[in-house]
Amino acid sequence: MSTAPDEARRAAQEARLEQAWETPRGLRYWSAVNNTEVGRWYTATAFLFFLFAGALALLVRAQLAVPDNDLIPAGLYNQAFTLHGTAMMFLFAVPIFEAVAILILPTMLAARDLPFPCLSAYGYWCFLIGGIFVCGSILFNAAPDAGWFMYPPLTTDPALTGIGADIWLLGLSFIEVASIAAAVELIVGVLKCRPPGMRINTMPLYCWYVLIVGGMILFAFPPLIAGDILFELERLAGWPFFDVSRGGDPVLWQHLFWIFGHPEVYIVFLPSIALLAMIVPTFAQRPIIGYSWIVLAAVGTGFLSFGLWVHHMFTVGLPAISLGFFSAASEAVAIPTGVQIFVFLATMLAGRMTRSVPMLFAAGALAIFIIGGLTGVMVAIAPFDWQAHDSYFVVAHLHYVLIGGMVLPLIAGAYYYFPLVMARKLSDRLGRWVFWLMFLGFNIAFLPMHVTGLRGMPRRVFTYPAGIGWDTLNLVSSIGAAIFAAGVLLFTWDAVWGYRRRPPAPRNPWNAGTLEWLNPLPGPEYGVRSVPAIRSRYPLWDDPDLPRRVDQGLEFLPDAEEGRRETLVTSVLDARPIQCLRVPGNSFLPMIAAALTGAVFILTTFHLYRAGLVLGLAAMAAIILWLWRGTAVIPEKREKDIGQGVALPLYASGIRSVGWWAMFITMTGDMTAFASLVFSYFYFWTIHPVFPPPGPDGLPLGPGLLWPGLAALATAGAWGLMLAARRWSGQGGIAAPRAALAGAALLAAAGALAMLAGPWAEGLDPTSHAYPAAVWVLLIWAALHLALGIVMSLYALARSLAGRLTPEHDIDLHNVVLYWHFAALTGFVTLATVALFPLVG
Amino acid sequence: MLIHNRRHADLWTLLAPPAIWALHFLLCYVLGSVACAKAGDPFAAIPLPRLGVGLATLLALALILVAGRQARRHWGFGTADPPHDDPTDDDRQRFLGFATLLLCALSFVAVLFVALPALTIADCR
Repeated sequence: MSTAPDEARRAAQEARLEQAWETPRGLRYWSAVNNTEVGRWYTATAFLFFLFAGALALLVRAQLAVPDNDLIPAGLYNQAFTLHGTAMMFLFAVPIFEAVAILILPTMLAARDLPFPCLSAYGYWCFLIGGIFVCGSILFNAAPDAGWFMYPPLTTDPALTGIGADIWLLGLSFIEVASIAAAVELIVGVLKCRPPGMRINTMPLYCWYVLIVGGMILFAFPPLIAGDILFELERLAGWPFFDVSRGGDPVLWQHLFWIFGHPEVYIVFLPSIALLAMIVPTFAQRPIIGYSWIVLAAVGTGFLSFGLWVHHMFTVGLPAISLGFFSAASEAVAIPTGVQIFVFLATMLAGRMTRSVPMLFAAGALAIFIIGGLTGVMVAIAPFDWQAHDSYFVVAHLHYVLIGGMVLPLIAGAYYYFPLVMARKLSDRLGRWVFWLMFLGFNIAFLPMHVTGLRGMPRRVFTYPAGIGWDTLNLVSSIGAAIFAAGVLLFTWDAVWGYRRRPPAPRNPWNAGTLEWLNPLPGPEYGVRSVPAIRSRYPLWDDPDLPRRVDQGLEFLPDAEEGRRETLVTSVLDARPIQCLRVPGNSFLPMIAAALTGAVFILTTFHLYRAGLVLGLAAMAAIILWLWRGTAVIPEKREKDIGQGVALPLYASGIRSVGWWAMFITMTGDMTAFASLVFSYFYFWTIHPVFPPPGPDGLPLGPGLLWPGLAALATAGAWGLMLAARRWSGQGGIAAPRAALAGAALLAAAGALAMLAGPWAEGLDPTSHAYPAAVWVLLIWAALHLALGIVMSLYALARSLAGRLTPEHDIDLHNVVLYWHFAALTGFVTLATVALFPLVG
Repeated sequence: MLIHNRRHADLWTLLAPPAIWALHFLLCYVLGSVACAKAGDPFAAIPLPRLGVGLATLLALALILVAGRQARRHWGFGTADPPHDDPTDDDRQRFLGFATLLLCALSFVAVLFVALPALTIADCR
């Protein structure tokens, strides 16, 4: 029984926690970086873009409702369908995954916050600015208008496409940066921020999906960023990567786009299915059947989805054997996808299902998704695809997949998690209306499209003649779209206004078993009162006393004695506590850095390069300032008591530091982008009988051997000095590591200049042919990595001089050396590719 | 070694079987597309790439079997019933072993799927 002093102590603890995690008021509210605030903004913004893209879809359907319609002109129609697809995929489907994960993942892990709150905030502001830029363009009749996959050569000619293609390329590259930032945050969150005892075999299935999808983003998005770079270089500088007359090939863009584009479908599908993996056990009131099978499905789908991209290119004219490989992989991916559905069905059958709106949406989602999956198996067979390609059959297929596999599970999740975020349930009665309007409206709209497509109606035509069998089908589709939209509007009304009329939700309103429902509703700003030790997959079912112990502060980290924001870091497999991590508090710097970064992309779109360069430097300064103030802060004491007699270090460097993991993960994505550029070089090698092509003197073009050789030596020297700096610092040295850091920066500068000197000295003109352009782009990429290495080395040197980097507190040095491994590898591979490969190729 | 004689299962052993599938897939694609791009003739026969696909398939299947053997050992040869959800080192090992074994089965089938076109398609059409 608690005594008065106990009560007083607890109240004091709660007051300190509240103060440390308080959300700022007034204008300073927008400086918040806490996951609950950023997660809400992210979700609301992504949903607004969904409504915007949905409105464009209605415009498209209105135009197609009757034959020979002149409601909107062809140009605006092109912008509408392009922006519809673009916004749905880039501004809704992917960001809503990040938004929901940032919002609910910490609660599921009983973590006070994710490890890099400022990074989440930076990602959010990037997303908002980029999204408004891309969407706003239609108001100026300047939106991209060549379809959401931007195929060249239609799009590489600025005279044909205006500025729309630049807006698409630069705006979305910018948003992809936000996605990669979120992936880093979420992967490290799942691996390192689980509560003590939540082992890899007991973590919620949602975490497994987040982990897999985060990894997929690292391998899927960078190829598109690489493609965007090539594309913009062609549009802005005339480098002919996709221009056949100068040795380029438009099919290269298709490869790079779909290496991103197909995994993207699974990147949006898996997190939504993950919501079902949380919802189904709750309403079956039993643990999921086949936890390991879900892990199989998530990991298996994650891998196989990278072997499907050519099935979007079956009609390009690739050799049948290539089509065969991709067709086979496309069939194989049905296996893990089906496994998930069977696991859900088995859990439903084995439990005692309670009727609820989330389950209604879950069941509807599975029904629609299965139809989409089956037509997917059909179009995965190349000969069938040759008939259906670019017809409304494919439009029907992809909407069945995306609405069944993503939108409806997400709405199920919205009904399920609404009380967690807003402390009130949405209306059950309206929810059933919403479901039936959406479910029936969807099927009325899209089922007929299969027939429209088989009757030959191509995608993307802005109108069609009467009397060729498409009239009624299109009218029915448009009526269905309107019914579906009514469902969306009703949901929006309930989620924005209607819910306020409902009574407050009780604690754990669905009687769920997982930790996100641990807190009273509304949850306190600091998250959990104390971080519990976990012993099962469904701790709230298996340990009914847990909420009491957590509320009374009897578990870990019940206090914020020093007034700092803290959360626990645990080991990857078994979640043993290893560090008490201090996370940064509220700051405007992420917003300022994002605004400056956004300005760089926007100014580049309008060819204002000088202003862009100045703001780029300002953005870098803002990011450096944020890192300088908020990261690798030396604590006032070595360890902290987190309760129950456990003391944890407040500072950890190297592989034990979350920053090291973030660097590793970011650089994995960076290497994927680099691999895509190398792929492009070798792609040109495959399509040209003679490669490198001969120059005016008849000899093969190339950067020579001298300068690349010197560049390799300088890069190796810089890398070696960085390794030495880490070693000497570890031995307690101060002057020697500082000298090594300065020396590494100098050698890196020499290496970068030598890299660029090769093609310069040999007179390679990047606008003359795809070969010199490919050489230049690889060398510039490698040189930029060395330049960034210089900035990092000098940053570490400055930290050392300022006393913020010492032999004992060397997070920055370890992370910078880790970066250097990747930068040096990039340099060596680049030099070997451009200088040595022509000798053997 | 990652797929053989590893004492403890971890995330790397879990990812190894599908990674073998991915490497096999990449190799098949590169062999086929480079051979056909370089041949320049749609009717060119491609016996060597097909042989390469065959050998790569045998190697990939063998590696997946090795990984599967290890996964079965980590699983404890099925001596304990699922769901392997106890908060113990043993159950964590069993769970990872079982999930890896399932991934081995999927990867095995997927490798076979991907290899099949090389059996029947003999030229670059």
